[in-house]
Amino acid sequence: MTDLLYSEEEEALRAAVRDLLTDHCDAAGVLARAESEAPHDLALWKSLAEGMGLAGLLVPEEQGGQGATHREAAVVLEELGRAVAPVPYLTSAVVATEALLACGEEELLARLASGRTVGVLAVALHLAPGAAFPAVRVQDGVLHGELTGIADAAAADVLLVPAEDGGLYAVDSDAVTVTGQVSLDLTRPVAAVRLDGAAGRRVGDAGPAVRRALRAAAGLLASEQFGLADWSLTETVRYLKERKQFNRPVGGFQALKHRLAQLWLEVVNLRAAARNAADALARDEDADVAAAVAQAYAAPVAVHAAEEALQLHGGIGMTWEHPVHLYLKRAKADSLAYGTAGAHREALAGLVDLQAP
Amino acid sequence: MTERRLDAAGLRRRTQELLAAHPPAATDRQTFLEARFDAGLAWVHYPEGLGGLGAPRSLQAVVDAELEAAGAPDNDPRRIGIGLGMAAPTILRYGTEEQQRRFLRPLWTGQEVWCQLFSEPGAGSDLAALGTRAVRDGDDWVVDGQKVWTSSAHVARWAILIARTDPDLPKHQGITYFLCDMSDPGVEVRPLRQITGEAEFNEVFLTGVRIPDSHRLGGVGEGWRVAQTTLMNERVSIGGMRLPREGGMIGPVAKTWRERPELRTHDLHQRLLRLWVEAEVSRLTAERLRQQLAAGQPGYEGSGMKLAFARLNQEISGLEVELRGEEGLLYDDWTMRRPELVDFTGRDAGYRYLRAKGNSIEGGTSEILLNIVAERVLGLPAEPRTDKDVAWKDLAR
Repeated sequence: MTDLLYSEEEEALRAAVRDLLTDHCDAAGVLARAESEAPHDLALWKSLAEGMGLAGLLVPEEQGGQGATHREAAVVLEELGRAVAPVPYLTSAVVATEALLACGEEELLARLASGRTVGVLAVALHLAPGAAFPAVRVQDGVLHGELTGIADAAAADVLLVPAEDGGLYAVDSDAVTVTGQVSLDLTRPVAAVRLDGAAGRRVGDAGPAVRRALRAAAGLLASEQFGLADWSLTETVRYLKERKQFNRPVGGFQALKHRLAQLWLEVVNLRAAARNAADALARDEDADVAAAVAQAYAAPVAVHAAEEALQLHGGIGMTWEHPVHLYLKRAKADSLAYGTAGAHREALAGLVDLQAP
Repeated sequence: MTERRLDAAGLRRRTQELLAAHPPAATDRQTFLEARFDAGLAWVHYPEGLGGLGAPRSLQAVVDAELEAAGAPDNDPRRIGIGLGMAAPTILRYGTEEQQRRFLRPLWTGQEVWCQLFSEPGAGSDLAALGTRAVRDGDDWVVDGQKVWTSSAHVARWAILIARTDPDLPKHQGITYFLCDMSDPGVEVRPLRQITGEAEFNEVFLTGVRIPDSHRLGGVGEGWRVAQTTLMNERVSIGGMRLPREGGMIGPVAKTWRERPELRTHDLHQRLLRLWVEAEVSRLTAERLRQQLAAGQPGYEGSGMKLAFARLNQEISGLEVELRGEEGLLYDDWTMRRPELVDFTGRDAGYRYLRAKGNSIEGGTSEILLNIVAERVLGLPAEPRTDKDVAWKDLAR
């Protein structure tokens, strides 16, 4: 039966991740890093992935992981979303890991699970589960081509590259050229990956691996979006209790109270949808519908929450200095990531038999 | 008597004993229900002697399943929802032992139907401003005033009533809570016809109604506090329902969509899918709330459930009328009736559309609920109050 709550262990995990992020991932630091040469916080990644062992949550213990489930990974993503943390958790510990699990590949999987290797699936961030994805040419046993819109490629040690022969190839990042693209989302930048005769090792079939990886990504992204939305709501409520205009706290005006109450309702709904998707993925039961429902609901809510946060902060919300734009940019990019809400609604039309005219 | 444990096995055994002593096939319905009440199997979480055993609420399901399997009659809970959901918990919390013994048994068996005399023409969202007066006269109170939006008043034997006993105090302080005999000659019930054509509700006129002081619930002037128990139970009961996917208002629309491809358009398809997703997510939120309550971690989700329920019902039923095309121009029946039961999804699309308009008004308007969420859940400043320290009689009206 679906369990939509958090267990005690999950709450303990949340507390540990939150403590780490409070100490090592403050908004000012994230902002400063976003414009630097190294947008990813690899020291933070090392603490999360290696120190706390969180990179291996989805990997069975006998394969070098923690043997946990999507429910625990979802809790980590909630906290990472709340902090807009610039770490390749979703891309490496969820997406690339799921792809390798689908392939039955063990050596690289164990390296990803240990957190010492960052793996990235070379499929553009905006593609939905089931969508067609670009592949590179295989010629004389090496790979040629260019793939763009690859999230966190700049932080990758290994790329998982789909090829035209239907295979998924593991390619060392040293063997390719990764060029950062100027990205809307400063904390999860995308990059172009160029392969000019790069050597790769075939780890399995690309089709099923990409499909499984993107489904898990779509389902668990909802938990990150919940984290973004919850931060946006909480921070806005806090600010509006403090900020005074017309000789009273701005949060006392009914027009604003009602907007925040509506937003609260959306955030509460989003949590239920995200927990349902995580639980369905963990049990592999009704996961297609649960992931599509979560993504169809989550994307507009996270964007709405960040947009409300910006508007209700007034002028300060428009400044580079205030962190709300980091959340808005992440939320808007997330609304494209792993398929738009519309793409997931379209998928649902088939899944629950509400066919188009 | 040996100690009998209040676990699932113990309750199953007690239920079997009840069934053996009163075989449903050979027992009159009322007699069976009374025997069930006396055996403590009516609502097992109530105290012994009042239809319960002081057992965990979750074990009621064990009893209900055994009784259903044996074909035993139930108390038709939909017909007596106000008694079960609102009057009973208030009587349990604030009633004297004598009141509890007198009222709870016939309330639970359905022998006596209850209604609620709270809202007034001049006191809707601002319920505490109510003006129905109760004046002490010897051992009685004499009540005069008008109540409105009273479901079941035309079939009710008793009412929970709040009335003003001291107009010189600020509005929240001068209210007292009573149990009112609906057969008193001073009670006049008139149907209140609504936009659906039927009269599900009533207006109730109270003229010189005499209520003995022994039917006062709680102290004189404590009525507002007592009424909070009633109102909280009303809102809890809305969030407690467990629905399967497509279990609510979305169900009939999805069914029509599947069965009538000729009605489909691209615009309706986009809107239907959006609403389907929202209905599913709302269902999950309600399920999460239920799981929180069962795990003893009450959540705030309940405060918002009714808001979502109202808006979704309205949007979905509105879409359904459009989907039906030419049939959307029709209505099933405008005949004035006084139904005893209300089923929001029980009639045609047009009825559903019109009835759903009430969902954002009844049981607290959506605007008031948004205030409640903003203030109680988010902790935002309360609305400015100009009526707190003013005697009720001096308020603007």
